[in-house]
Amino acid sequence: MTRRDWPLWEVFVRSRRGLSHVHAGSLHAPDAEMALRNARDLYTRRSEGVSLWVVPASAIVASSPDERDSFFDPAGDKIYRHPTFYDVPEGVDHL
Amino acid sequence: MNPMFPYVLGLADDALVSAQRMGWWISRAPELEEDVALANIGLDQLGQARTLLAYAGELEGAGRGEDDLAYWRDERDFRNVCLVERPQTDFGVAMARLLIFATWQSELYAALSGADDATLAGVAGKAVKEVRYHVDHAARWVVRLGDGTDESHLRMQAALEAEWPWLDELFAPVDQAVVDPAGLRGPVVSRIAAVVGEATLELPQTQPAVARGREGIHTEHLGYLLAEMQHLTRSHPGAAW
Repeated sequence: MTRRDWPLWEVFVRSRRGLSHVHAGSLHAPDAEMALRNARDLYTRRSEGVSLWVVPASAIVASSPDERDSFFDPAGDKIYRHPTFYDVPEGVDHL
Repeated sequence: MNPMFPYVLGLADDALVSAQRMGWWISRAPELEEDVALANIGLDQLGQARTLLAYAGELEGAGRGEDDLAYWRDERDFRNVCLVERPQTDFGVAMARLLIFATWQSELYAALSGADDATLAGVAGKAVKEVRYHVDHAARWVVRLGDGTDESHLRMQAALEAEWPWLDELFAPVDQAVVDPAGLRGPVVSRIAAVVGEATLELPQTQPAVARGREGIHTEHLGYLLAEMQHLTRSHPGAAW
């Protein structure tokens, strides 16, 4: 018997309202419905989240490690792109 | 002893024994993800069993707690239905049984959550959300396998046929029942029938098995299950870690 593994899915969990979905990990599932349910069991069983996204891992286009220098290094010395010259008012937690 | 003791004990034992059977799947399910799903379902049932056993202990009034009732009773003192105690080493059987058991639990808990008994209403109100998910999980697998390949269709139908004779005991009369078991038959069977239809399967026409688990008369399988579940506690009484 040939064994075909279930496809891989990437899981994103939103821990509470107002925050964005954050990558939590991956899992195997035969389709999107099962992926969502498996994600619920694997990644939110300790009440980690209020919302889940699952995405086929094959649908994600990732930057290549070979391109790291040309992609990310040029940003390294441009401190003026960081909003560090402002005073953040008190009580603003999630800027 | 409060006369409700055997009734509550029965509901507790249903959940406890089912949880033990569910735990068997850990490391044996088709994929790691399913291991975790079934373990979670088992742990939900174990949680229900713990609260119900603790309450049964109070009703009994003999100073027995949840651990005493779970680990220091013998086979004849267990009051679970025979449905849940039988081995389920076939994945289709496990899903057919979970569909039957969780659908019954979901109707039962929904009715119990409005009961006058505050403890039972509280347990049921919390558990009803858990078992709704168990029904969903089982139903998706039954549909997937029933409406899958020719082989999976045959095996899912065979699994339903194997479990169906044990359905009737869920609706048999019980003394001091807070929710009339017979009244649950209609809604439970019609919900299962809807899933079975979607799965392109047939509702079995099998004869009911002779099942007297509520009286403490069990199939030969419960003794083995209890031996495994209880041996650690009995070999090392009072052990803790």
